[in-house]
Amino acid sequence: MEFDHGDRTVKARTTVLNGTAGEPDADVAVPPPRTAAGAGGRSGRTRRERARARNRRPVTQGGITRRRRFLRDRTLILMTLPAIGLLLVFNYIPLLGNVVAFQDYDVYGAGMTGSPFVGLENFQRIFDDYRFWEVLLNTLIIFATQLLLFFPVPILIALLLNTVMSTRVRAWVQGIVYLPHFFSWVLVVTVFQQMFGGAGLVAQWLRDHGHGGFDLMTDPGFFKFLVTAQSVWKDAGWGVIVFLAALAAVNTDLYEAAAVDGANRWRRMWHVTLPALRPVIALLLVLRVGSALNLDFEQILLQRDQVGASASEVLDTYIWWTGIKTGDFGYAAAAGIFKGVFSVLMVLAANKAAHMMGEQGVYAKK
Amino acid sequence: MTATLMDQQPKETPLQRALRMEPRPVWEEEPTKAGLAFKGLGLTAICAMVVVPLWVVIVTSLSDTRAINAAGGLVVWPKSVTFVAYRELLSGGAVTRATLVSLGLTAVGTAVSMVVSVLCAYGLSRRDSFAHRPLLLTLMATMFFGAGLIPTYLLVTGIGLSDSYWSMILPSAISVFNILVLRGFFMDTAPELIEAARIDGAGEWRILIQIVMPLSRAVLAVIALFYAVGYWSQWFNAMLYIQDSEKYPLQMILRQLVLQHQVPPGAMGSAVSSGTINSLAVQMAVMVLALIPIAVLSPFVQKHFQKGMLTGAVKG
Repeated sequence: MEFDHGDRTVKARTTVLNGTAGEPDADVAVPPPRTAAGAGGRSGRTRRERARARNRRPVTQGGITRRRRFLRDRTLILMTLPAIGLLLVFNYIPLLGNVVAFQDYDVYGAGMTGSPFVGLENFQRIFDDYRFWEVLLNTLIIFATQLLLFFPVPILIALLLNTVMSTRVRAWVQGIVYLPHFFSWVLVVTVFQQMFGGAGLVAQWLRDHGHGGFDLMTDPGFFKFLVTAQSVWKDAGWGVIVFLAALAAVNTDLYEAAAVDGANRWRRMWHVTLPALRPVIALLLVLRVGSALNLDFEQILLQRDQVGASASEVLDTYIWWTGIKTGDFGYAAAAGIFKGVFSVLMVLAANKAAHMMGEQGVYAKK
Repeated sequence: MTATLMDQQPKETPLQRALRMEPRPVWEEEPTKAGLAFKGLGLTAICAMVVVPLWVVIVTSLSDTRAINAAGGLVVWPKSVTFVAYRELLSGGAVTRATLVSLGLTAVGTAVSMVVSVLCAYGLSRRDSFAHRPLLLTLMATMFFGAGLIPTYLLVTGIGLSDSYWSMILPSAISVFNILVLRGFFMDTAPELIEAARIDGAGEWRILIQIVMPLSRAVLAVIALFYAVGYWSQWFNAMLYIQDSEKYPLQMILRQLVLQHQVPPGAMGSAVSSGTINSLAVQMAVMVLALIPIAVLSPFVQKHFQKGMLTGAVKG
């Protein structure tokens, strides 16, 4: 790699010095500076050595100097700049803003540049705060509930849909179950409110039949299941896409061979379909575990007031509350950094686990 | 052996044709009655879970006070259809304004996002272009780490975007994933076409607009829908950065009305307070307003979803 680089710079320089830009580049095999033969010049190299030097040059360069490549592609680069600019402003600069976590941040006074540095004091405060650990535990509990009860649903729906022979029925069912994916969280939560809230359809029905006092939406003990149910309603249909695609890619000869060998439909599902889904399941599991602390923030924030902070507070809502609502920016930013580091560790661990199960995971083994 | 089995296949029944049944492979068993019933019930139940709540919301929004009182709240079977709630909401006032704000945000935001994303995707669509790799890395790195809520908030308010419509557009204007999907498609455009255009003297802009974009209409539609849905559904940025209730998008009003039981000033006229229009019908009408554009748009684009998203995702 480094060698290529050296080669290219030398070539660029000679072109400028000799002023022979018109000379076909491919034939000017400039001796690489660090080989013994290099001192002897061109005549000191065998044909084989020259060919090797030529091949070492990346094919994509096409033997053009950087300057000429830049000029050739300047329109393309110009086109990427608006997007890169947006990312720099809204994704990269805020990364620097994380210094707030090491400051005693003063909202009204000095701001980021003038606030005094306090070292790791904010982190110390986090680790000493029982509330933080409660919130972390609560986040993990809600995540675990989601993982257990949400994750299998798209797989089951996909398996069911896959057995439907009618393309028309399949298309209709898919069209209907996709739909809630495009609803905003506000809409999803309000729909649940109208169905399961204190004045909702279920409560209304129970009232008409002589029961009273039904409100799932404000029940703290039920909150983790409520959140999971909402996620299933909103996104299970969407999750089906990936699994259906994986199922469509299964070689039908395998089914036929299994059938000829006497496997009934359940056996075929167990020995052909499920193994085909395994890599996809492993990949999605790793991704999901990696975002364990990234529960759907909006969804939970929307219901925080109704259910009460003790049951519904997760890391994200906690950061929002302590930082933006109560103005303790340093503490909240420190909690944010903790969350980021924890998430990365989770991905690495999950990926490691996937490798141990013999799957690819997000990135390959090496 | 195979030939005789093939000959034994029964002819397609009219029902099978109506449902576009795929031919059953010879080696597969005939389905049992119980299995079919189970499958039918399961699929019906899954669809009902989505359809019934929406149905109830829509029907209640179209009911008058008498029907709502008779039903004791939400209406499941429509007795009469009236549009009073919608007329009241859309005849000026907070909901009308919020609807307009949402429509405007969606239109402007989608336009900004699409222009920036298409340009960036095309700019990166050639593997050998200058600085291709570092630019791509700059883009993709943001998929793996974010700055976090607090620094982003401090930045957006720090550069004076708070209470501005731009605070609901710029911070989440582009999705790197969408750009990668687009890029995957652009890279698929036949290089011969591009080469031919170049020989005919076309520059990059012309190639993009006259050749590459018309060839990727399907994926452009899907990505535009994704962006549009994102802007239409946006609530969080509005909650963070917008204090002036005149600038609230529809989702903020919906949340106030249904979840916080607050009536935004000017949201409902005197008709509701005097009892001519049921407030439940109004709540439902706002919900319907929030879901209409999505329910109308998505079927048109839905046929492209699977193909578009999957090929794009795999390549990206």
